Amino acid sequence: MNDFKVLSRRTFLGSSAALAGVSAMGGVLGAGSALAQTPLTVGFIYVGPKDDFGYNQAHAEGAAAVKAMPGVTVLEEENVPESIDVQNTMESMINFDGATLIFPTSFGYFNPHILELAPKFPNVRFQHAGGLWTPENPANIGSYFGYIGMGQYLNGVAAGHASVTKKIGFVAAKPIPQVVNNINSFLLGARSVDPTITCQVIFTGEWSLAVKEAEATNALCDQGCDVITCHVDGPKVVCETAAGRGAFVCGYHADQTALAGDKYLTGAEWNWAGVYTGMIETVQSGGTIDNFVRGGLAENFIKMSPLGPAVSDAGRAQFEATKAEIMAGGFAAYKGPLKDNTGVEVVPAGAALVETDVAIESIGYLVEGVLGSTS
Amino acid sequence: MTNVADPLAQRSRTTGLSVIVPRSEAVLIPLAALLAGSLAFSLFLLLVGKSPLTFFGLVWTAGFSTAFSWQNTLSQVSPLLFAALCVALPARLGLVVIGGEGAIVLGGLAAAVAGAVVAGWPPALALGLMALAAMACGGGWIATVGALRIKRGVNETIASLLMAYIAIALFNHLVEGPFRDPASLNKPSTLPLTESLRVGEMPLIAAHWGVLVGILACIACWVLIERTTLGFAARIAGDNLRAAQVQGLPVGRLVIGFTALGGAFAGLGGFFEVAAVHGSANASLIAGYGYTGILVAFLARHNPLAIIPVAILLGGFAASSGLIQRRMDLPDATILVFQGMIFVAILLSETAYGRFRIFTATYWEGR
Repeated sequence: MNDFKVLSRRTFLGSSAALAGVSAMGGVLGAGSALAQTPLTVGFIYVGPKDDFGYNQAHAEGAAAVKAMPGVTVLEEENVPESIDVQNTMESMINFDGATLIFPTSFGYFNPHILELAPKFPNVRFQHAGGLWTPENPANIGSYFGYIGMGQYLNGVAAGHASVTKKIGFVAAKPIPQVVNNINSFLLGARSVDPTITCQVIFTGEWSLAVKEAEATNALCDQGCDVITCHVDGPKVVCETAAGRGAFVCGYHADQTALAGDKYLTGAEWNWAGVYTGMIETVQSGGTIDNFVRGGLAENFIKMSPLGPAVSDAGRAQFEATKAEIMAGGFAAYKGPLKDNTGVEVVPAGAALVETDVAIESIGYLVEGVLGSTS
Repeated sequence: MTNVADPLAQRSRTTGLSVIVPRSEAVLIPLAALLAGSLAFSLFLLLVGKSPLTFFGLVWTAGFSTAFSWQNTLSQVSPLLFAALCVALPARLGLVVIGGEGAIVLGGLAAAVAGAVVAGWPPALALGLMALAAMACGGGWIATVGALRIKRGVNETIASLLMAYIAIALFNHLVEGPFRDPASLNKPSTLPLTESLRVGEMPLIAAHWGVLVGILACIACWVLIERTTLGFAARIAGDNLRAAQVQGLPVGRLVIGFTALGGAFAGLGGFFEVAAVHGSANASLIAGYGYTGILVAFLARHNPLAIIPVAILLGGFAASSGLIQRRMDLPDATILVFQGMIFVAILLSETAYGRFRIFTATYWEGR
């Protein structure tokens, strides 16, 4: 794991400054300017619709920011399944449009599709969202991901202040580590406000299955949950259903204020615009993007939606204080002593899992206070 | 020009006509429907202010113009061939089976699980066993639909569709539970196949062997249906069930046999998806090929030979979808709208058969 490079803000700023210096020097020498103006064709591939108010929209917003940069042509393709289709799409972008940098944004594009294609096109850079690259993989693949669990923790803080019934709800896609970490973080955030709060979770089993998402949201509201969040590809159905039932909503992936109105407390969003423009600048100035980059709130990989009008002053104060703590680095949502929801101790007293801890990447337990099971 | 007095010449001319003319109906009517569907779609494009010429140009460029386009097109063809056979074979018995997706995913899962069991075996034997497991699984699944129809009178269309949902739920449960590779954290999958159990690409064509096997399967099915007594019996049962029963044909066994065969091919399609494309079974296998296969089979009018060009055509459409999105700024559903219009035109053209005298030999002989 030592080979992985975590992009901290300091090194990012440092390397940007160095690159700026190099390109300035190049400008003086009359060599770098030509390099900077080489037109760059960048492809973005989404697994779902790019206006899904969720995972794909978050990436499309990043692509839109890249589109606004000079010297870049942006290609986009949506609803590309994780089958041979995505290999064809990538090859088509390379062969027909001359793309040299491709962002295949769905988790399942990596293995086998990107791994299959990368060796055939050594001059093309494949940047995959998901954090799956290991040093055995081809060097023209890069991988990046954000610590969005911290965003769900902040969602939990806002939810803890807004909940009257002390029951909050989570509509989840699949019981995989990323989702499980979000559920735990949401509850632990809420319990930092009131340790009696419980979180009911319902797994729909699919990343995108509107009918089940609506059913799950209604079931949570029926059980008395008064703040709902989710981890599915497109949170639109959950947000609208929950707000329609009068529950508060914490968003995920992208800003869903427009869907839930006054019921929207805040949301854990990806901040791909900053990440992508940074990567493009690196390439334009002749640099190489690190193969493995991760970041959280402080590194601008994730951000929070603006707080809604329903957040109380006390809620606002604790939200901002917690956010500042996270920004400072080394924050741990999982602090011992902590049990899972079957009573087994998972973090002993005195220990803690900080946001960057690799143990979180294979987490399989739901913490005490989460009602539901992963199987 | 022909010497009318020569009876031999007269006869050969007649047989030539009687062979060619009625058969040209089965080619010309679908072609006309394809053209009509394309024209209707062109109107649609004009209405939204886009150029039909650009559209068809891009379909040509991306689907058929270069070696890469053909590779792109052919790589989509294999699952379509198998999925279409799963619809076409039962259809010859008058059954509308639309749940091939279930047989594909379960076949793929069976192949992946079998692959983990036979990992150390000689590759040829191991691959054969994996394919057999996939075919048994897919065949059993769709044969159940046939059995429900024959034994219990359950509508096969609804049963197959609902069973496809069950198959997908079962697939997800097994992949995320008992058969999950513990190392597959955020994307639950079965154990990856060893490199020796992967099906590679064919020489010269950058498409995997599934394409060739699929084409051979289509030809074999055509022979079965058109050139064997078994196929003849199936066609009779499909045209008139009562008559077939009165004739003493084993309708029940025919139905179960043909649904099993169709399902087995769908399962084989799943095997190739796993062994040639994905390398393990996971949710990416649920890609909707089973449903596109319905379209292919209906466009081919359930003729296994016609499935081959239709699958290539639809593969080319699918291959061009991306370029159309990127160059024309149209949504990805554009190709689906296009396919839908062609589908409707082909269905409408069903009523045209037997209505045109130009498709009878007597019309041409009379001239």
